[in-house]
Amino acid sequence: MSHAQAPVPGLSAASGRVQPRTRNRTNAAELGAAAVLLFLVAAAIFPHLLSSFDPLGINPAKAFSAPSSSHWFGTDESGRDIYSRVIYGTGQSLLIGVTATAIGMGLALVLGVLGGIGSRSVDFAVTRLNEVLFALPGLLLALVFIAIVGPGVVTSTIAVGLSTAPGYARIIRSQIRAVRGSAYVEAATVLGRRPVTILARHVLPNAVAPVFVLATLGVGQAIVWASSLSYLGLGAVPPAAEWGAMLSAGRTYIGTAWWMTVFPGAFIVLTAGAATVLGRSLQARTRQENR
Amino acid sequence: MRAARWVVSRIAGGAFVLWAVATLIFFALRMIPGDPAEAILGGPGSQASAEALAQVRRDYGLDQPVIVQYLTAMGRLVTGDLGTSYALKMGVADLIGQQLWNTLSLTVLALVVAWGLALALAVWASRGGGLGTRVGSAMEVVAAAVPHFWLAAILILLFSSTLGWLPPISTGGPLGLILPVVTLAVPLAGFLGQVMRESLIDALEAPFALSARARGETENGVRWRHAIRHAALPAISLSGWAFGSLLSGAVVVETVFARPGLGRTLLNAVTIRDIPVVTGVALVSALAFILVTIATDAIDRIADPRLATS
Repeated sequence: MSHAQAPVPGLSAASGRVQPRTRNRTNAAELGAAAVLLFLVAAAIFPHLLSSFDPLGINPAKAFSAPSSSHWFGTDESGRDIYSRVIYGTGQSLLIGVTATAIGMGLALVLGVLGGIGSRSVDFAVTRLNEVLFALPGLLLALVFIAIVGPGVVTSTIAVGLSTAPGYARIIRSQIRAVRGSAYVEAATVLGRRPVTILARHVLPNAVAPVFVLATLGVGQAIVWASSLSYLGLGAVPPAAEWGAMLSAGRTYIGTAWWMTVFPGAFIVLTAGAATVLGRSLQARTRQENR
Repeated sequence: MRAARWVVSRIAGGAFVLWAVATLIFFALRMIPGDPAEAILGGPGSQASAEALAQVRRDYGLDQPVIVQYLTAMGRLVTGDLGTSYALKMGVADLIGQQLWNTLSLTVLALVVAWGLALALAVWASRGGGLGTRVGSAMEVVAAAVPHFWLAAILILLFSSTLGWLPPISTGGPLGLILPVVTLAVPLAGFLGQVMRESLIDALEAPFALSARARGETENGVRWRHAIRHAALPAISLSGWAFGSLLSGAVVVETVFARPGLGRTLLNAVTIRDIPVVTGVALVSALAFILVTIATDAIDRIADPRLATS
């Protein structure tokens, strides 16, 4: 798809082809995204260093406190500190996003490589299977999967991975097909290299590398989808400090306690946004190197 | 002749996909543990008696061999019979028929609004320079990173709780439709707008744009009379995908705004594992998705005759 080829200006700083004005701006966005991700990783590993309250510790006397200097993001219906819960929830939310993407990628690698290197009939079968999965776009495939297997954190993570797989598989397949038709693979064939060697040494590394960049973008999307499933009550459930589950709990009090909804959601947007900005930078950078 | 063959092959492909979706769901269900008869009577907690279970197995044909059950189910599907809801004890086809219009009106309106927004943003962002680039990246981040449920909550906070202009629930009436449509349209517009912006920039640098300028066409004329058609093409191709993503978004949006429709019906059915309803909604969504994809591909071929000959 053409949008996947979006050139991000400013990332080609090394080549000196871009006006400095644009370059500085984009670098600021990149720096911001990197800072956000660093903070999130820190929060995932050392949540106790970044927060001062127990994420599950209830304090009914302080229920529904608005944001203040002691409770930056306010408190929820049981008086739990929302900032601490958001920080403690980072680990789980990131883990769900990364795991779902890994599952989707793993499935897609199998399907995409089969379609890319398989015989005509294998490719035909894989392409049809992909079409079938595509016919239930977005969360629909995930919902059908959950209906069959049952709700929960694990199934919703697998469900999100499953929903993202057909898109990746299609890209991997066409990448492999493109690399197989390239001049250097032809050269290797003419030199008499064995097909297995060509596949391992030339085709796979060149075809799969761009897809890993794509996975960076995918993590953001997976976090958004997984939190949507938690929000709908099919993934992590309250009182777990997972962002989607926190938003689901806040839904009842949207008219009175806006902070229960605004802050956990803002963290989802920040995370997915940072992953998108960084993924695009990586994409533009690898493309630049290939030129 | 070529066009007729194309249409026939696309319809056959669509029918295959529908059959495969139905088959996959049918056998996936048979592979997991759990007694369907128990599910029909309200799940393991219902403590159904052995007689009741036997009765249900006979009524639903669950005592037949799997292959017989499968062929019966497929035979019913061909005649448009989607089975009976476990929970509501009514025909799934009737249930979907009741809800279809609500969801279609929501998604089609959202698609139209998203297209309008995307076109306006793309034309604005294609003017180049730092601003255009920033608008472009902002669209991308909004499309990728803002979940429907959060956007919906923010809109409710702003326009219902604070300003009191619009109702937070959407049970009927045009006013209640505004917030759900905006919620669905904004992330999609970010996505479509970004695609349009890129093809618009390409088109503005294409030889035909140069020759139009050489003939004395103004910059706005080049943009609106020549480049815009090229910018629309990839966005038309993506509209099939966009429609699918709207159906998926409708699950969330209908739930947040308490609006009746297919998405909410699906969510309820998933929660209580009312499998015939889940299968029915999945099949109808897949059918809608397939029809829209065929339609957009056909529009593509008409708008860009190069596709039909290649």
